[in-house]
Amino acid sequence: MFEAVAFYLFAFLTIAMFFIAVTTSQALYALTALAAGMIFISAFFFILGADFLGAVQIVVYSGAVMALYAFGMMFFDTTRDVKEKNGNKYIVIGLSVISAILVVAIFSAPIVSENITALYPMVEGAGNTQEVGLVLFTKYLVPFEVAAVMLLVAMIAGIVLAGKDMDLSLTLLDDKEIEEIKNKKMKKVL
Amino acid sequence: MEIGLNHYLILSTILFAIGLIGVMRRKNLLLLFFATEILLNSVNIAFAAISHFYGDLTGQMFAFFVIAIAASEVAVGLGLLIVWHKRHGTIDLDTMSTMRG
Repeated sequence: MFEAVAFYLFAFLTIAMFFIAVTTSQALYALTALAAGMIFISAFFFILGADFLGAVQIVVYSGAVMALYAFGMMFFDTTRDVKEKNGNKYIVIGLSVISAILVVAIFSAPIVSENITALYPMVEGAGNTQEVGLVLFTKYLVPFEVAAVMLLVAMIAGIVLAGKDMDLSLTLLDDKEIEEIKNKKMKKVL
Repeated sequence: MEIGLNHYLILSTILFAIGLIGVMRRKNLLLLFFATEILLNSVNIAFAAISHFYGDLTGQMFAFFVIAIAASEVAVGLGLLIVWHKRHGTIDLDTMSTMRG
């Protein structure tokens, strides 16, 4: 009973927040609605017993990702109203419905077949964080390391693209201009 | 009333449809990124629900990797947006059709 009440409450809140995020014409409203929706989604993870995933959701999404987006919104001109595409409404709605039906079909196919067995079953008597650690550092160690390398690459890319000297960009200058800057400052730009 | 796997999958589908609507109607690239985050989060809910109802931790592992990919996508995407904004002064999608295809 309690689970049902929590599920419906947070489902309504999440759908409302994300609907605001995609329909509002103010970028600031979209950002705050998206952040609220992320936190409401972590509630589903806590209901489902995935405590660690819920904590990661709050830390990564409403901490890191939302801070990055807030930085981006300060950089760009977001005070004016956002224009929207005036495409054919019927095509858009039709494509959305078709995609949604496709997703339902993909996810309901294993339920219909009813022959799924747990590949890495949950350990009895261990907390969710402990179970996650057991599986992540044994079966999924290589993908974990690859994800770490990918995050490093993304971090370096972000620093190079948007790093220091915000008024000039190394990716947009010619080689000659970069040489001039180097000679002027008598030191390496990078 | 018992909440089953189908409830979570239907919720995930609704959120995915909202994200698709956002992807289709947004012109501003920053708000297009917001819609992409909604898509990734709706899939995460489905992964966590399947992981819970089948007693299998693989779904949660995939959700972790999806979160990692989302974080790196935001970092690289915002860097590219800043470069584009420096060059053209706008981040609307219409200004990116330089080839006029």
